[in-house]
Amino acid sequence: MSNKLRKLVDKVKPHFLPGGKLEKLHSVFDGFETFLFVPNTTASKKGAHIRDAIDSKRTMSVVIVALLPALLFGMYNVGYQHYLAIGQDAGFWSTFVYGLLAVLPIIIVSYVVGLGIEFIAAQIRGSEIHEGFLVTGMLIPLIVPVDTPLWMIAIATAFAVIFAKEVFGGTGMNIFNVALVTRAFLFFAYPTHMSGNTVWVRTGTTFGLGGGTPVDSYTGATVLGELATASSGNIQVVDVVGNPIGFWDGLLGLIPGSIGETSTLAILLGAALILFTGVASWKVMLSVFTGGALMAYVFNLFGPDTAIAHFPWYNHLVYGGFAFGAVFMATDPVTSARTEIGKWIYGFMIGAFAIIIRVLNPGYPEGMMLAILFMNIFAPLIDYYVVNANIKKRLKRATKKA
Amino acid sequence: MANLIKTKRGLNIPITGSPVEMIGKSTLPKDFALVPDYFHGVTPKLLVKEGDTVKAGTPVFYDKQFPDMNFVSPVSGTVKAINRGERRKIMSIQIESDAKMTYESYDKPDLKTLSVEKLIQTLQKVGLWVFIKQRPYDVIANPNKTPKAIFISSFDSAPLAPSNDYVVGGQMADFQKGVDVLAKIAKVHVGIRHGKETPFAAVKNAEITEYDGPHPIGNVGVQINHTDPVNKDEVVWTLNPQDVLFIGRFFNKAVIDLSRTIALTGPSVKSPQYYQTLAGAGIGHLIQGNLIKGTHRFVVGNVLTGTKVPENGYLDYYSTQLTVLEEGSETHELVGWAMPRFRKFSVSRTYFSFLFECKLLSKLFGNLKYKWDTRLLGGERAIIMSGEYDKVFPMKDILPEFLIKAMIVKDLDKMEALGAYEIAPEDVALCEFVCTSKLPLQQIVRDSLDYMKKELE
Repeated sequence: MSNKLRKLVDKVKPHFLPGGKLEKLHSVFDGFETFLFVPNTTASKKGAHIRDAIDSKRTMSVVIVALLPALLFGMYNVGYQHYLAIGQDAGFWSTFVYGLLAVLPIIIVSYVVGLGIEFIAAQIRGSEIHEGFLVTGMLIPLIVPVDTPLWMIAIATAFAVIFAKEVFGGTGMNIFNVALVTRAFLFFAYPTHMSGNTVWVRTGTTFGLGGGTPVDSYTGATVLGELATASSGNIQVVDVVGNPIGFWDGLLGLIPGSIGETSTLAILLGAALILFTGVASWKVMLSVFTGGALMAYVFNLFGPDTAIAHFPWYNHLVYGGFAFGAVFMATDPVTSARTEIGKWIYGFMIGAFAIIIRVLNPGYPEGMMLAILFMNIFAPLIDYYVVNANIKKRLKRATKKA
Repeated sequence: MANLIKTKRGLNIPITGSPVEMIGKSTLPKDFALVPDYFHGVTPKLLVKEGDTVKAGTPVFYDKQFPDMNFVSPVSGTVKAINRGERRKIMSIQIESDAKMTYESYDKPDLKTLSVEKLIQTLQKVGLWVFIKQRPYDVIANPNKTPKAIFISSFDSAPLAPSNDYVVGGQMADFQKGVDVLAKIAKVHVGIRHGKETPFAAVKNAEITEYDGPHPIGNVGVQINHTDPVNKDEVVWTLNPQDVLFIGRFFNKAVIDLSRTIALTGPSVKSPQYYQTLAGAGIGHLIQGNLIKGTHRFVVGNVLTGTKVPENGYLDYYSTQLTVLEEGSETHELVGWAMPRFRKFSVSRTYFSFLFECKLLSKLFGNLKYKWDTRLLGGERAIIMSGEYDKVFPMKDILPEFLIKAMIVKDLDKMEALGAYEIAPEDVALCEFVCTSKLPLQQIVRDSLDYMKKELE
């Protein structure tokens, strides 16, 4: 099978090479060829003649695998919230299938739009197709609310891929996390649709499945939304039909929110994988959680008398997009600080800023997105100072000797 | 007690084919060559023409920039051919051995009365200067610049590297003589492996430092960095221990004897062991009948820093090992990036081969051998992962990723500030090995050092 496939690839290859009929599709062909077969380019005449087996494709695949627990849980949760809202018990599989059908179109739209642009950009640059979007394309569906219209996702994805990535030179060159730019675009371009209580839970049907009307006690608000709009300083947070919930519900994740962000447990499973394989930096991850916990604790002690400031620090870590951002967004190596000391600072500041935004600016209950984008800007500056410190140290060494 | 320097950063690559301590039978080949490209930065000016007879130690060409710097023949015989490439560039000077081994006669130098100036001149004249390299730039040392120190790393930590204890051990008198010669010029540092009995620990006239850690701890650059780092406007010289022997032999016997013991290593070699040969020898006599079946790549040097040569290629003047491994260009691996890949090595744990690093499993199933070939196993990308290089780069106060980036954009000030004077291509060889983005880091460093030298000297 492998041999037949190889022969087929070799047969059609000449058409895509310069001078061939399909020259314009060279990058796309190359993308598919290297996807199917490990390129057998060998090491050059001088240099390292053997290489570590890791490559960019493997790295990205590991991240995608790490996202699967959050994705699968997210699908189930979409169904779960739906049936909870309409007051029905549909059983495990119907619940999951409802969620699957609701989420799948978003994934497809995200990949088709993003990869399409990526293919075109690679062809224009005359470079290989880079794998970066494989991860971004999976992140986008996980950080949007389930009732986001598909056309909005298409526009936001296109905007993010073109203006946050391709104009900077493609994968590895971007300053902002592309998936978060997509989310931010949705948030700021369609504020009336993207905030409030209507997008987080799908109450309508999906491909004809799950008909019903919401029960009387249904609200549809996320926990952070409830806290932001609370009138008194101490409230009991509740799920979409008014049952009180706490830390363990946030950890497990059967709560309203963006598709993949609700279950901290599923996210931590993914975190374990990317940390164990060495794909993500544990320094960034740990320092985000530390920064967030500390800042939330400070607000618990000295904060203003609002519901969100009184929200216990450990709950901050499991509700909203905090955990998802810490594990999958802050650790994006391209947009994160790259020096080892820088990573501590970068992560800590993200955690701290996320909580500050949540508490002090209730207009943006989802502080994580803004905190990470904000620190994306500062990552090069942090590195600049770390590198400069190194230069100074080296200079001192040189002059001390003389 | 010698100073001890320890580091954990680095990597010993699990590749098979280490040489056993035995000398294999081989007859000296007829075919020798001097390949000017092996001497980086040298522009050769010929001193012989086709048909000339030469002896071992007869100058064959000199360097255009330093006319005193001779490059000599390793054997006696006749100049068979001078091969030229594009724009009449000299590719190689082939010498056919007469199998008699007569030596060019030189006056026996007297180390006591010889002035430093005269010593440096003599070393150039008799062709031994080529073995002295310098930092910065990792090129043959500029004889007009006085070094602040001379460094010799007595052990080679590279994959499958020969043991200098074994190779040089029986010739310590020549080695000591070589050190004495160098000590006249500047302070000599000898680095030895910690926790191992070694004849080098007894070397006099030099400062001994012990080093402990994984490869590249044996790289002289790493040792310099930890002991007496190179700053702007400073120069240090470096020599391989086997090359110190050549200098010692000359001062003991007044002949240029470039015979050396070379290790034939690598996964494609039937019985990896040592062979007695000469610098510049054709590799044919070493590999004949010694290889297992396959498409081979011949590497003069080790797998991380060596130079690929054809089957009828030649040894260079510096390398102490010849590595043979599978080329792999005929392999078509279906969706390899998605496979478990039990037999592919990675420092990350992204492939399931990490299981065999686990002691329990390797006890149950036996130690699995990794399969190696020369494929890059991925496409070149922009630098994406961070912190990858740091884990295998044990130099103090150097941020490898930022130095490399400064080199890519040819920012001279940054290169200088971030430590370009200290590094040689071989120091980033492991970084190149682990790089997810498959960047040719050694080439980047080589080009940048050449660029710096051109701009700053």
